[in-house]
Amino acid sequence: MIQAILVFNNHGKPRLVRFYQRFPEEIQQQIVRETFHLVLKRDDNICNFLEGGSLIGGPDYKLIYRHYATLYFVFCVDSSESELGILDLIQVFVETLDKCFENVCELDLIFHMDKVHYILQEVVMGGMVLETNMNEIVAQIEAQNRLEKSEVSAQLVCLMPLPISPQGGLSAAPARAVSAVKNINLPEIPRNINIGDLNIKVPNLSQFV
Amino acid sequence: MVVPSLKLQDLIEEIRGAKTQAQEREVIQKECAHIRASFRDGDPLHRHRQLAKLLYVHMLGYPAHFGQMECLKLIASPRFTDKRVGYLGAMLLLDERQDAHLLITNSIKNDLSQGIQAVQGLALCTLSTVGSAEMCRDLATEVEKLLLQPSSYVRKKAVLTAVHMIRKVPELSNIFLPPCSQLLHECHHGILLGTITLIMELCERNPAALKHFRKVVPQLVQILRTLVTTGYSVEHSVSGVSDPFLQVQILRLLRILGQNHEESSETMNDLLAQVATNTDTSRNAGNAVLFETVLTIMDIRAAAGLRVLAVNILGRFLLNNDRNIRYVALTSLLRMVQSDHSAVQRHRPTVVECLREPDASLSRRALELSLALVNSSNVRAMTQELQSFLESCPPDLRADCASGILLAAERFAPTKRWHIDTILRVLTTAGTHVRDDAVANLTQLIGGAQELHAYSVRRLYSALADDISQQPLVQVAAWCIGEYGDLLLEGACEETEPLQVEEEKVLALLEKVLQSHMSLPATRGYALTALMKLSTRLRGDNNRIRQVVSIYGSCLDVELQQRAVEYNMLFWKYDHMRAAILEKMPLVERGGTQDEEAKESKEAQLSEAALVATEPQASKLLDLLDLLDGTSGAAQPPPALEPSPGGTLVHLLDLPCVSPAPASIPNLRVFEREGLQLNLSFVRPPGTPALLLITVTAINTSGADVTHFVCQAAVPKSFQLQLQAPSGDTVPAQGGLPMTQLLRILNPNKAPLRLKLRLTYNHFGQSVQEIFEVNNLPVETWQ
Repeated sequence: MIQAILVFNNHGKPRLVRFYQRFPEEIQQQIVRETFHLVLKRDDNICNFLEGGSLIGGPDYKLIYRHYATLYFVFCVDSSESELGILDLIQVFVETLDKCFENVCELDLIFHMDKVHYILQEVVMGGMVLETNMNEIVAQIEAQNRLEKSEVSAQLVCLMPLPISPQGGLSAAPARAVSAVKNINLPEIPRNINIGDLNIKVPNLSQFV
Repeated sequence: MVVPSLKLQDLIEEIRGAKTQAQEREVIQKECAHIRASFRDGDPLHRHRQLAKLLYVHMLGYPAHFGQMECLKLIASPRFTDKRVGYLGAMLLLDERQDAHLLITNSIKNDLSQGIQAVQGLALCTLSTVGSAEMCRDLATEVEKLLLQPSSYVRKKAVLTAVHMIRKVPELSNIFLPPCSQLLHECHHGILLGTITLIMELCERNPAALKHFRKVVPQLVQILRTLVTTGYSVEHSVSGVSDPFLQVQILRLLRILGQNHEESSETMNDLLAQVATNTDTSRNAGNAVLFETVLTIMDIRAAAGLRVLAVNILGRFLLNNDRNIRYVALTSLLRMVQSDHSAVQRHRPTVVECLREPDASLSRRALELSLALVNSSNVRAMTQELQSFLESCPPDLRADCASGILLAAERFAPTKRWHIDTILRVLTTAGTHVRDDAVANLTQLIGGAQELHAYSVRRLYSALADDISQQPLVQVAAWCIGEYGDLLLEGACEETEPLQVEEEKVLALLEKVLQSHMSLPATRGYALTALMKLSTRLRGDNNRIRQVVSIYGSCLDVELQQRAVEYNMLFWKYDHMRAAILEKMPLVERGGTQDEEAKESKEAQLSEAALVATEPQASKLLDLLDLLDGTSGAAQPPPALEPSPGGTLVHLLDLPCVSPAPASIPNLRVFEREGLQLNLSFVRPPGTPALLLITVTAINTSGADVTHFVCQAAVPKSFQLQLQAPSGDTVPAQGGLPMTQLLRILNPNKAPLRLKLRLTYNHFGQSVQEIFEVNNLPVETWQ
């Protein structure tokens, strides 16, 4: 079982912190710092396995890490996981990130921390390996992103020139509007629209989806 | 006017823009205040954004607990965007100890049954991460239903959630066991992976499940075979090996199912051989599969040929250049060393090589494995290697290495001398890291090896002269020099180079130890006691020692002060007893209280002295009242000491007057004349078969006192005789207090005893002299 997944940079700043076993907040931060110090001491040409620090787990746990440019990816696992397998898993995770973000770099991880969590959720769930097929993971993430985008754009229904048609008038508008604006990516939700002498206040259309 | 809230990206920009920690804190605190206000106002539109920002600052270490209720609201919202962030927040911020945690159960239930695929996935993910036992019980049936959903995505997640549920609530195994066989027929690798994990969890918890799942071994073998023999499939392959994760999991399950089960093991044999020989080992993925195969082979009842193959594969890996491979190989060998000791022994040279690695993880594994591989045939070579490792190893491994070497030496030492040498070497190299009982063990060992006393004391003296900082070494050396100081000065010992040591140098060294600020109080105690012992062992005058002892009488350390004062007393008031008190110690039983206080152990010795043969002592205080010559032989009982007029310490030194209890020999009346009777009573102490104690009792039943009574005895030349002083020289009249005198006869050759007595006394105004031989001595007195 994987107990924790930590990603931090060469100066110890955390970029992704995910624990699969509950620790209080201060202990979590302490673990991140301790792991950073342990991993920093390692040369580049020695093995990628470390006996864990004193805080996380016990003698059964070890740290498996990989160093990519400016980032350390550290998985804290117990003896039920295959060490070499976890090394491959880290590689799969990083390659998936690469596919989702187009040549991922540290800045991507910084500014899209939530997205990184969502990607991780497709790979590891509850401390166990869920899926290792990169294509599936990427497909799933993309579907979810589309879903999210469609929700955002559905709130801009009222921007569309509403054809006042005999088909139910305004009340039928929402369904058609959704399909109409599905592919429009509008950056902002305007609050007040002045079209001529029409003063339309954009309602909260959260019941759309 | 509503200030538009920052987007997550903008907040991150601002935080990164902060130049100092304090600035960053300021930015974050300001933003958290906004977020709190926004939560209070209940703005549903931007809630998800606020929570996302909160989660970001949570990752940086700032408090975020006020976002917990917001997670609930977001989860309850119908929008996917909200749910996504809400569930993420729940996983990061909530846990079983918070009350808010249970409130999401309802939302999860709704989402599991009615949500779209993505939402179901989110709910399952949250459940498997933070699901408590109650939640699992409530939602078990929902999850079970999802196992039959058409969407493979949902099924895959449901299976892993089931694993978590079983971990939390083992009774739920009953629900999740039946679908497993069905799930194994899936083609989707994700589902297969999850199913195998589920089956492993079930088998580990329940032996009945284990039996049930043995039936699927052929199916698993088939799946694995397909994986191995299928050509390159882009979908699941990692560096050319098709789905190594699934292969590893299957192998692991096969290991669990095949353990201690002949039939299953046989089914797997071929497949394992195939995997072991055909896997491409040029990349990490292939090696992972191969390792798992090796571990499986070793754990099941595999054919002998297969086991040999497995160990050879491991041996090959030990020589691999990649350090990761070597690490895993060492770990696997460690697992096997108990069961396949001889197979692992073959790789001992390579393991020892790994000790020299600069990599700390690797050398730690190598150390553990090396210690496990030490046996009686290779102990010398291995100890050599381990000791050179000890000299250069990183500090955190030193304690383990030192205690490992000492343990191995204790179990497999070929000779005592080698053992002492080894311990000495460990103490010199890593003295501060050894365990506390190492000192006690070493003194015990040296004490027991009589022939090595001279050798040990010389080696220890040289080691001490070099370096007085390693405390355990100093303690042992001080003890030895105190005990065997005479051997140190005596001259040549054939096992070390001739070392001319002068008394002054020895005393100077011990004084140096006493004064050094590196010495612990315990060490100082050892040194002081050693100095005292030397006062009887060395030939020179004791002025220097007396000086040191009196100085320490005013030492600040209470323990030292007490010792010094008592030793001082020994010099002043009880000088005549000093030698006896500071005699060589007898061997203390292992496990008994190891008391280094000379005085206390001497008391123990004194009370047992009548029964225990002690080591030859160099004391000059032999006050014998001998008629015949008593030469100092190998085992000589302690000398008869004159009862001290002081009286208070008499009971301590009153050794032979305490008549011991053992085997009774009938008394003998040897002389009678005019009311004066002389009786002999015999005692043969069981501990010393050659010793005979005779108590001569003189009773006067006549009317007049017998005065100036002197009794003397003579025995044949092969015997040794000691006479103690009589209790008095007057035998009072009318059956008054009898006079007693103790004779000690040593009869090493068990020759027939002959005793001649000569009495001189005054009785009734006349001086009487009688010489007679004691006849009718019972046979038990000398046989």
